[in-house]
Parts: sequence; structure tokens; C-alpha cells
Amino acid sequence: MKINGNMVTVSFDTPVMQNEVAYIRHGDERLKSEIIRVRGNLAEMQVYEATTGLKIGEDVEFTGELLSIELGPGMLGQIYDGLQNPLPEIAEQCGFFLQRGVYVTGLPESKTWEFTPLKKPGERVKAGDKIGFVEEKIFRHYCLVPFTLTGNYNLVSIENAGRFTIRQPVAQVKDQDGKIHPVFLSQTWPVKIPIQAYAERLKPGEPLVTKMRLIDSLFPVALGGTYCIPGPFGAGKTVLQQLISRHADVDIVIIAACGERAGEIVETLRTFPAITDPRTNRPLSDRTVIICNTSSMPVAARESSVYTAVTIAEYYRQMGLNVLLLADSTSRWAQAMREMSGRLEEIPGEEAFPAYLESRIASFYERAGMVRLHDGSTGSVTIGGAVSPAGGNFEEPVTQATLKVVGAFHGLSRSRSDARRYPAIDPLISWSKYRSFIDEEQKERGQGILRKGNDIAQMMKVVGEEGTSLHDYVNFLKAEFFDFVYLQQNAFDPVDEATSRERQIYIFDFIHRIIETEFVFGNKDEALRFFQQLRQLFRGWNSTPWQSDEFTKTEREIRAFLLVRSKDGGHV
Amino acid sequence: MYKVYTSINQIVGDVITVGAENVGNTELAEVTTRRGTSLAQVIRLDGNQVFLQVFAGSRGISTGDRVRFLGHPMRIATGDLLLGRVFNGSGRPLDNGPDLSENLTDIGGPPVNPVKRIIPSKMIRTGIPMIDVFNSLVESQKLPIFSISGEPYNELLARIGTQAEVDIIILGGMGLKYDDYLFFRDTLEEHGALSHSIIFMHTAADPVVECLLVPDISLAVAEHFALDGKRVLVLLTDMSNFCDALKEIAITMQQIPSNRGYPGDLYSLLAARYEKAVDFETAGSITILAVTTMPGDDVTHPIPDNTGYITEGQFYLKNGVIEPFGSLSRLKQLVNGKTRDDHRTIMDSMIQLFADYRETQEKQSMGFQMSAWDLKLLKYGKLFEEKMMSLKVNIPLEKALDLGWEILHDCFLPEETGIKRSLIDQYWPENHEN
Repeated sequence: MKINGNMVTVSFDTPVMQNEVAYIRHGDERLKSEIIRVRGNLAEMQVYEATTGLKIGEDVEFTGELLSIELGPGMLGQIYDGLQNPLPEIAEQCGFFLQRGVYVTGLPESKTWEFTPLKKPGERVKAGDKIGFVEEKIFRHYCLVPFTLTGNYNLVSIENAGRFTIRQPVAQVKDQDGKIHPVFLSQTWPVKIPIQAYAERLKPGEPLVTKMRLIDSLFPVALGGTYCIPGPFGAGKTVLQQLISRHADVDIVIIAACGERAGEIVETLRTFPAITDPRTNRPLSDRTVIICNTSSMPVAARESSVYTAVTIAEYYRQMGLNVLLLADSTSRWAQAMREMSGRLEEIPGEEAFPAYLESRIASFYERAGMVRLHDGSTGSVTIGGAVSPAGGNFEEPVTQATLKVVGAFHGLSRSRSDARRYPAIDPLISWSKYRSFIDEEQKERGQGILRKGNDIAQMMKVVGEEGTSLHDYVNFLKAEFFDFVYLQQNAFDPVDEATSRERQIYIFDFIHRIIETEFVFGNKDEALRFFQQLRQLFRGWNSTPWQSDEFTKTEREIRAFLLVRSKDGGHV
Repeated sequence: MYKVYTSINQIVGDVITVGAENVGNTELAEVTTRRGTSLAQVIRLDGNQVFLQVFAGSRGISTGDRVRFLGHPMRIATGDLLLGRVFNGSGRPLDNGPDLSENLTDIGGPPVNPVKRIIPSKMIRTGIPMIDVFNSLVESQKLPIFSISGEPYNELLARIGTQAEVDIIILGGMGLKYDDYLFFRDTLEEHGALSHSIIFMHTAADPVVECLLVPDISLAVAEHFALDGKRVLVLLTDMSNFCDALKEIAITMQQIPSNRGYPGDLYSLLAARYEKAVDFETAGSITILAVTTMPGDDVTHPIPDNTGYITEGQFYLKNGVIEPFGSLSRLKQLVNGKTRDDHRTIMDSMIQLFADYRETQEKQSMGFQMSAWDLKLLKYGKLFEEKMMSLKVNIPLEKALDLGWEILHDCFLPEETGIKRSLIDQYWPENHEN
């Protein structure tokens, strides 16, 4: 019997299970904890609450269950902590503070839902099959055969259309041995085990449109893919994640605020209900689930919050939806593992992170993916993880372990954010393994001019502007121009903050031709002034609505402006 | 009556181990030695072995000394009686006033439910243009002052403290020199702020463990006032000493260090304190300003690095001024749109031009030729540094904005500033004279 921070060691006399949930009884309080190591008749447990006041000799009740959450209608728009306790309900009970030992079920138990059956008695079903649905906010929430069932089942009975709560069975299925299992509108699932009730996993291909030009055009993310955003503090990770959560072209967004500032999540949860999602014309909060375990909330629950988030994402995928999971920040999750590992007195790896850091990170990102369900439809989970490397140094273990397993890398740089070039994703270090919807050749050319521009800029620092040839100087200006009017995006401009796929293709093509065009200048000052004016015009263009009269008018203006200087008489 | 234990069987650093039963985690105990009594706090339980950190330090503790457990965690008195008082890290009076034991509240209480927070919206005016104009301080913000030793960070902190429009100031000093303490006390007194201030002071000569308690008791008291509807400003100096104290205890407890000897949970420990900054729905607020001295001016050192990830921006104090680059108030956008319609424009344009000035300065030092534009920038930079950046300047926001227009007017033509026509018409000084 030991108590060391949020880790307690207890003795037991009945069999226990690894990762089993147990409650420590302290007076009237029951403190949730999870077994993370068993040695002899001693079980070491991480406690999901503060351990203040706990005494040696207190009773522990083992539940025989893994850490699980309940999946069903009622999650959309909800704000959960890392253990799926709805925070608004807790606030109603406890007021300003998060009292320890207060647990509330994640789904509304008494609310009734209008159920419509899709199958008839006698049909054969499998785990994950849709047997009916209820209408929830923006979409049909399907009632699925429990994922825990394996093999084929016979649908014995199913209720007719009507109103049901999540505690009333809506159907019964019989397995091969003749055993009957009830089916509810909701089901529970252990968070640390992936849901795999689908036919096959597919290769991610279709791009996920984030409406951030720099990402979609140069470093795209695929539906069912993974990406990471590492960056030092103040480089704009969180703002970037917030913008993506707002504009991304997906059905459901799950935000896992893991060990970050509470203030940031407050902004999301106070503003999202007021923003209208153009896809559904409903508040943005209707397609969002927030899992919120901010930095001052118990550390152990921080570890489980990313698993809770990804399990909810997988659940929606089973309904044939495209889900985007944004985790901010995975470094805090890794630190939670490090804290626990230290208390377990495990032999530390690099920077005291546990040796299993890499495999844990890899298996988390592997839960993303595009899948084909048994009924032929597809669904996807895309994971985007922010990483907060210590000192902004990408060589540290969490960043490195993440880079090995993700499909795209959006590296933020301090120098770009200091220069107020937002989004501060550095185009010279970032990469993506997914295909962009921009023509491959044009994209290559765009990246080429950025590299060239950077080389010339480096050279100019040494030899000065005087020592640079006009040709090089113009290339440098072209790279700067591309950066300013395309890669950078004004998050405070209602039009510029999100650019549609069609517009990106159109504008990229336009800029590509500018990069290819040869211009005639008498001297460098002339060139500089020309590109400065062009930039001004283009910025104005960026804030005109797509295909509006103003858009066409500005385009004509730009074309006329380009014509004056271009060598062979035109920008086609 | 509480049971008394006398079986101290280990003394390592400031941590003693005593055999005892029925003791709660983080419970408080009283250790009586020949030199007097000291409080101690349970930090680990292992069977019947209880690990305690002794607030007064372990010097002079003998294995036969008596330990009496009090059955409750660390508590601190709260309420109006504390105003104008000075206490040490264990909450005992340092002035000649009486010991207080009313309205006891536990320190290190539970975190605030995020859904009960509101988006901060009120600016705190400080009279320092580099803060008010360029990086506005917002009520409920947590903001560190990053600085190297030798910079006037305590002066800055004291000035913000005395000039900020708040109801209550709580000063938590950690590892301060005694003269620094006297400086703070005298400054608060001079400005008549002492009557609504509370000081918790740990000086460099005091035991390390007391240093660890300063942020917690300061914030526990602050929380009490904030729930009462008060706007509280908490000043903490110097958080680096707090982190070093954490390191010391962690090493004593044989924890595996992560980075440069600091414990792996440094981030969580700092966050638990800084996250107490809050704007309560239907109650008051807590704003935290903390000094973090950067060893070797290295912002990637674990202390400033972890701090930067937690706080909502930072002020860089360098060469006696708040450096405009690197300093950032993440919440300024929430307030600077509602002050005066030229606020954001002045902020952006002046910083943009100042960046150009820095570039020109670099060019100048490398011996490149100066153009007419470069000379204008050099003049502008000088004026900006003298009239805006200097910490001697003490003017309200509106005066500072007017001053900004004057400086721009002195150096540039209106179109060279890149400012919108409509604002130029309204604010450009010449137009006023006509």
C-alpha cells in the first residue's frame, strides 16, 4: 500500500485485469482509477482525481471492466472531460469547480429518441450493422449491432417505429449458440481498443479540404490520413487547429483539448454555437464534440482523453461518416505518460520519456483510416495532432516518434510567425505523402520558386541587393509574391480565411502563369514597385467573394496590370 | 487529541520519514524540535512510512523529535482582515499583526470547470504604452515577464501593480532578496496601494519548502476574493525560484529528472498554478503577472519554455525596455477593438515601421548606403524608443495613441505610413490644426 502523487499501490485477493477500472472509497467519495501494472498481489493504479487526503487502508472496489465510454445519440455538441463526463451537467451539480469523485453518464438517459427500424426480424446481421436510426441534429444516428459481438447473428425481434430512451432495448439478436443479446440505441466500448467492425481498410486518397491554401495545395491531408503540426509556443498551432475545425469539409469534428489552456477551449465552446456551418446551415457546434482535459485538470485523465476522443471518432465512422479528430496537444499526452512512467520507476528512455512512447504514439495514429463498412459505404477518421516540442526543437522524442507514423508534416516556424506570416507553416521543411488536387507539375513549380527565392534571400544577406543580378532579384520577388498572396491567409478576413477547392485550383493556375511569365524591368526598384502593387491588387482580390462581380472586375484589373510588363505581350 | 509520533527514521534534504498510521495524503503535520515547531506536509505514503516535507527545513531535526498530524491539508485564512498584511510562505505573519485563523480555505483546490469560464473582455490599463497600446493586458490573463537577472523586472511589476485598476493586489515573492521585499512594501505604501494588498513573502534566506507554498497560498486567497466578485491581480516573482525549489524536492525524493534536472511534471505543476487565472461567470476574476528570469537569456530553457506553452503570451524585458518583438499578449485582440478606432491601426503600423527601422539599423551597421527613406526610419526609430518604449513614460492609452500620431507626423508623410485614408483624415495632427 503506497500513495505517490496520483499513483496508488493496492493489494488484492480476487483476480484483477490489466487496465481494469477500480474505485477508491474515501468517505463518501469514490475516486476512479485504472490498473496500470500488476506485481504479485499488488496492483498499481493511476487515479483520475487528486489524491489529497487518501489514507493507507482505504477500500478499493474493482469493477471488472476496462475503461469504457458509452456511445450513442446525444454526443453531438457535448463538452466532455477525458472520462466522458459532460462538463455542463457537472457545472450544474457542482458550480464553478470540478469536484472530485463526481461522475455523470455521458449520454442523456431520460431523453427519448424517435426510432425508425431498417431491418426485419429474421434477417442476418453482424457487429456494426445498421438496424435502425434516430434523427439527431444534423444527421441520422444509426443504431448499430454491438461491436462486441463476433460472427453472424439472427435478428429475432425489432421494435416498430416509436420513441425510446437509450436504456430501452430496441431489438434482440440470437447468436449461433441460441443465446439472445439485446440491442440498445447506445453501447459501451473500451477506449483503448480500436473499433474494427468494418469489412476492410482502404488506402486514403480523397483529399480532406481544410480551406487553408497552404495545406490543401502544397501539403494536403487525405480523408482517413494523419498529419501533425509541431511548433514552438506562439507560432499559432492552436489558431490553426481552430480554423481547421471551423472550415474543414467533413461531417463531424472531434476536438480533443488535451492538457492545453482552458481559455482556448472556452473560445471554441462559446463561439461555435453562434457560427453557422455553411454545409448544413446549422450551428457549428452541432457537428462538433469537444473532449476537454485542460492543463490543470487531473493528469491521468489527460492520458485517457485522446483515447476517448478517437473512440468517439471511430464510432461515427461506423455510420459511414467522415470524421476529423484534432488533438491539441499530443505532447501533453506524452508528458502524462512520462509522469506515470516516472512514478512506476521504469527505466527512462530519451528525455525521461518511457521506452514505449513510440509504439503508443504509432498505435494511436494507426486508429485513423478510411474503411469500407459491411454495407458497402465508406467512412473515415482523420487525425491531426498538434505537437509542442520543448524549446521548439523538432529533434525531441515526441516529434520524432510522430513524424515516423504520420502522412503529412506541417512544421511551424518561429521566424515565420515573428514575421507575422500566417499560417506559420514553413513551406521549406513541411511535407505530405498525400496527393494534392493541384496539378502535380504546377505544384512542383510553386515549391521550386520558394526554394529558389530562399536561396537568393540567403545570398542577398551576404552580398546585399547591389550584388544580386536583376534576374535573381525578380525570382526572389516572385517567391515573396507567391508567399504573400497565396500561402499567407488572413484569418480575420471573412472571405480570405477559407478558400474553396475550386478557387484554389483557379488561383494557383493563375499564379503559376505569373511565375512562368518573364517580365521586363529597367532596374530593381521598378521590379520591387511592380510586385508591391501586384501584391496589393491580389490581396484585394483575395477578399472578394468567389465569382462575384467584384472578383471578375479585380481579375480584369490584374490582367491589365500584368500585360504592361510581361515580355511576350501577355499573361494568358 | 491527535496522536504524536516520535519514530523519525529518515532525514534526507528537507524530507523526513516517520512511521505513522491513518495519515492522509497531503495532510499537514507539526514537527516539534528543540528550535521550535514547524509545519510539514505529507508528500508520499508507503505502507506505514510517511514522507513529510518540513517547511522550516530539516536542519536541527533529531530522530527523536515529535510529529503530530493535524488531520487536514494546508489551509490559509482568507477575508478582508488579510488586507495590508505581510505573511511568510507558511502563512504566518511577518509584520507585527496577529495570527489569523478565520475563514480557512484549503490551498491547491480543484480546477475551475471550463464551461463556467467566460471569454475575457476587459482591459487592464497600466499607463505603460508598450503594454496598453501594443500588447494590452486583459483581465484574467496569465502573463509572465521573461527577463534576465539584472533587468528592472521587479520595478516593472511593482509599477503595473500600483497603477492597474484592480480591487485587490496579492504579491507572492519567492526567493527574493530582503531589499527587494522592502522595495515592494515601500512602493505599495507610497502609492497608497498597501491597504488593498496582501503580501506573501519568501526571501532567499528562508527554507526552500516555503517557497513552494507561495503561489498556492497566494492563489487560494485570490480565488476566495474573486468568488466574492473582486477583481484580483496576483503578482508572482520570481517563478524560476519556484521551479528550482521543485527541482530540489524532486531530486531529494529520487524522482527521475527529465530535462536539465527538472521533474517530468514541471509543465503540469506550473499549469496547475497559472490556470487559476480566470474570469468567472457571474463573479470576479484573477489576473496573474509573473516574473520568470531566464537563465542565460535562453528562452528554450525548461522554465521559460514550459511557461510559454501555458501562459497567454509574454513580455520580454530586455535592456530595460519591453521588447516589441517577442512580446505578445494573446488576448489583446479581445479588447483592443473596443478602445478607440485607431488603436489597432496605430499598433500595427508603428510596429511595422519599427521592424523596418531595425532592418535599416542592421544595414547601417554593415556599412550599406542610407537612402532618404532609411534616414526617415532612423529618425522614427529614435523617437519611438525615447517616447514610447522607455519605461519612464507613464501616460494613459488615449494620450499614447495621440503621441503615436505625433511621432508618425514628425517623421513621415501620411501615405508613407500605409494607414487607411479615413483614419488619416480623422487623426493626422495637421488636420486638427486646420
